Amino acid sequence: MGLKPSEWLWGAMVTEALPAGSFHSAGTSVRLAELAGASILGGRLEELRGRTVLIATQDQLAAAVALIELDGVAQRIVLCPPDLAPVHFPHVIKSAEAIAWVRDAGVPEENGTGLDISVTVQPRLYVQQVTRQQSHETEWVLLTSGTTGAPKLVLHTLRTLTSIIVHQQASQSATPRIWSTFYDIRRYGGLQIFLRAALRGGSLVLSDPKESMTDFLARAAETGVTHISGTPSHWRRALMSGAAATIAPAYVRLSGEIADQAILDNLEATYPRASIAHAFASTEAGVGFEVGDGLAGFPATLLSAPGPVEVRIVDGTLRLRSEANALRYLGEQVVPIRGPEGFVDTGDRVELRDGRYYFIGRAGGVINVGGLKVHPEEVEAVINANPWVRMSLVKARRSPITGAVVTAEVVLVDEAPGERPKPEVLIQGIIEACRQALPPHKVPAMVRIVPGLEVSPAGKLVRPNA
Amino acid sequence: MSVRSTIISQFEAVAGEQHRRLAPLSDDLKLLQSGLDSLSFAIIVARLEDKLGFDPFNAEEAVEFPVTFGDFVRLYESSARPQESPTR
Repeated sequence: MGLKPSEWLWGAMVTEALPAGSFHSAGTSVRLAELAGASILGGRLEELRGRTVLIATQDQLAAAVALIELDGVAQRIVLCPPDLAPVHFPHVIKSAEAIAWVRDAGVPEENGTGLDISVTVQPRLYVQQVTRQQSHETEWVLLTSGTTGAPKLVLHTLRTLTSIIVHQQASQSATPRIWSTFYDIRRYGGLQIFLRAALRGGSLVLSDPKESMTDFLARAAETGVTHISGTPSHWRRALMSGAAATIAPAYVRLSGEIADQAILDNLEATYPRASIAHAFASTEAGVGFEVGDGLAGFPATLLSAPGPVEVRIVDGTLRLRSEANALRYLGEQVVPIRGPEGFVDTGDRVELRDGRYYFIGRAGGVINVGGLKVHPEEVEAVINANPWVRMSLVKARRSPITGAVVTAEVVLVDEAPGERPKPEVLIQGIIEACRQALPPHKVPAMVRIVPGLEVSPAGKLVRPNA
Repeated sequence: MSVRSTIISQFEAVAGEQHRRLAPLSDDLKLLQSGLDSLSFAIIVARLEDKLGFDPFNAEEAVEFPVTFGDFVRLYESSARPQESPTR
């Protein structure tokens, strides 16, 4: 039984009774049933009806409640992750054609310049008469990183976001679950957990960047978490905290990065009674599949398996076609999300060994650092601004901690104004410039000076894995 | 330079670059209380591989994730030993 095309989030949450679950942040909890007679928006819900609304709060719980309140009401909601840089707001506002936003005190007011309606919220509910009525099939917009550093806007609907969740629902028992995720719910992986908790009458324990891993796990344990998800990097951090065994979940999920055998074996040893699954999903392709046999990679039989998601390998990359695929990108000069025959090219490269496909990296040199994408070109642009650099190549280096780290190779010019700096001074200068211009995960961990870089006959840098 | 002192100097260097305050490095210091984040550890492990010539996390058999600084040093020391012993 699936969500009907016209179904909306609150409507689906209250089909039989008011929802039984609660959402918890580090400081506050919200009982979902309260939303029948209370709102986070302080009486301003109707102002947002039919509008395109940015949800830009530092506080995750506030964003979670706003999403529940605005689906079916707003024309379009744009989920801004908490680390969206102020410089990118104008692009997001313009591309999404937003005219309103829901913000909190953690997000500077200037970020919303140009928006007509501003609603400032706190993670608390105001008891009031509230009419929950669907008027729109709300579009959901997620942000993902692009080559230029400016985020790409990916258009979904509640239906595309939940098509796989609903499909799985029929075969699973209705026991209330307590979900948690290390992810932020404004990212695809976290949003999936938010939607599962909301639609299945469960509860949700939200993470908090200010909280230590040990404290978060203790809070999740106290709430009785049963289902928990994160990237392999999140899980490695949990294992390094020494507090991983504080929780005793029935289900452990990894996604967003390559799950190697070491992390799967480690989690198996830590949670012997849990079902451990690694899932493939991306903002553009949506939820692909889940692998639960305890082994890295996925069986080649998946390509011919019946189910809601069609899987193909073309030119060594994984392609998916399903109702979970995003609809399109928003904004100017955008490319289609779907390629030939409606398949989305995930850009994830795979290799067949003994009847099993293994993920071996990303096409186009894109680097995945702890679940965050890095486009080499944006880092190279910063490096190449150094007057002593002729050209640079940014690439991935495997990491047992974050999956990959960024490294750079640079070729120097012979002459530039001023005295030629010593190599180590030059390298420090390059790293410092990157640190000024880029978020930490994009800054090269190592920079090497090389005599030359391979350039293709077409004049392009030859990228590994491209 | 011993494995331990190489590790200590990398912890200090990366903490400095990442503008993080490093806690005094004692064997029972929990890594996640050292002041470093996952990215810092990733950088340390990558640079140690260049300095020492091996990455103990990349071993054939799965390694247990180190929880304390002492665990971390022991992981590297135990991986270093087999490489030091072969007949030359």
